[in-house]
Amino acid sequence: MNALFGLLRRDLLLAARQGGGVGTALGFFLTVLVLLPIGIGPDQATLQRLAPGMLWITLLLAVLLSADRIFQQDFEDGSLEIMSMSTQPLELVVLTKVLAHWLTTSLPLAIAAPFLGVLLNLKTEVIWPLLLSMVLGAIGLSLLASIGASLTVNLKRGGLLISILVLPLYVPILVFGISACSGDANIVNPSLLILSAIALASLVLAPLASAAALRAYLK
Amino acid sequence: MRITAEDLTCERGGRLVFSGVNFAVNDGAFLQLTGPNGSGKSSLLRLIAGLSDPASGRVTADGINEDVSLSQHCHYIAHADASKSALTVLENLIFWCRFLSGGDPSLAMSAMNLTSLATYPVALLSAGQKRRLALARLSLAVRKVWLLDEPNVGLDETSQNLLVNIMRTHLKNAGIIIAATHVPLGLIPHHTLHLDSAK
Repeated sequence: MNALFGLLRRDLLLAARQGGGVGTALGFFLTVLVLLPIGIGPDQATLQRLAPGMLWITLLLAVLLSADRIFQQDFEDGSLEIMSMSTQPLELVVLTKVLAHWLTTSLPLAIAAPFLGVLLNLKTEVIWPLLLSMVLGAIGLSLLASIGASLTVNLKRGGLLISILVLPLYVPILVFGISACSGDANIVNPSLLILSAIALASLVLAPLASAAALRAYLK
Repeated sequence: MRITAEDLTCERGGRLVFSGVNFAVNDGAFLQLTGPNGSGKSSLLRLIAGLSDPASGRVTADGINEDVSLSQHCHYIAHADASKSALTVLENLIFWCRFLSGGDPSLAMSAMNLTSLATYPVALLSAGQKRRLALARLSLAVRKVWLLDEPNVGLDETSQNLLVNIMRTHLKNAGIIIAATHVPLGLIPHHTLHLDSAK
C-alpha cells in the first residue's frame, strides 16, 4: 500500500509541478465554452437546450486530450519497467495512475463544468444532477482513457489513435450521462444508476486491459 | 542463490540477436558481459530481469523463495534513468524508496555523493549526475541481484570509484552482479561472457 501511496503522491506532485495535463484540459474546456455561445448565436432558449450535451462533449474531449500523459512519461524514462519488476501487480500500478489522472484532470473538470454552464445559460435546477452525473461519469472516463493510453504508449503522437480507440467506449457514458440530468425530477434516476454501473465495471476491467497492453509493450 | 541460463536464444523484431548462451553465477560473483554494439548485452540483461522472454532456453534461479520471481530480486539499471526531471533528487529517491520498500534515502544519496544536490531539480543535473541518481537506487533497497547496463557511462573518476565501492560491498554481502560494459569497471569480474554479433 505504501508503494502505491508513494506513486499517487509522486503523480500528484508531478501534475502540480508540470501543470501540463490539467492546465491544457482546463484551458481547452474554457475555450470551447466561451466560443460555443458565440458560434451558436445569442438565442438563449437554444443555448439552454444544448447546454448539458455541450458540457458533456467538452468534458469527454478534454479528458481525451490529456489521456496520453497517463503512462507515456513513465514508459519513456524506464520507470514503468522498474515498476513492473516490483512486487506490486501492474494492475494496481495502473489503477493508482488512473486515480491520479482522475484527481488531477477529470474530477476538477467535472466539478467545474456545471458551474461554467452558466456561460451556456444552463438551467439552475440541472446544475446538481449534472454535477452528480459528471463526477460519476468522470471515473469511467479516466479508466477507459487509460486503455487507449496504454495501447498507444509507444507512439509519439498517439492522441488521434486514442480518440478513435476510446470514443466508442465513451458513447454509453455520454448517453446515460445526458439522460441522467434531463428532465427527471428524481436526482437518483435509473440513468445515474447505469452510469455508476459503467464506472464500477470499468474499475474492474480497465486496469486489467491496460496492464495487459503495457506488459505487451514492455516485452 | 544461483542463477543459471541454459541455451538462451534471443530474438528482437524477428532478428536473431544471440543463441546458445549459457552461464551460471553464484552468490558473491560478478559476471561481466562484453561484446560489440548490438551483440545483445542489454537484451540478455532484460531477459534475466524478466522484462522480455527468450525465444528458447531459460533462466532459472535456485535457492530463492518460490513465491517471489527472480525479477523481484533484481535491481535493473538501464540506459533510461527512471527519474523525473520536474522533481528534485530527494523527491525522486523518496518515491523509489517507498515503491521499492527501501531504507533511508539519505544513505543512498551519500553512497553516490548526491547529498549536496538533494534539493536540485533533476532537470538541472548533468548527464553524469543523473547517472549517479539512477545508481543511487542500488543503495536504496536491498536486492540480491544487480543488473547493470553500462553503469559507468558518463561518470567521472571519483564517481566510478564510488560505484566500485558499492559493488564491492554488494559482492561481499553475497550479492550477485551482472553488468554489461565496454569500458572496464575497475573491478575484476569472476566470470566474463563475450557475446558475438549473430551472423
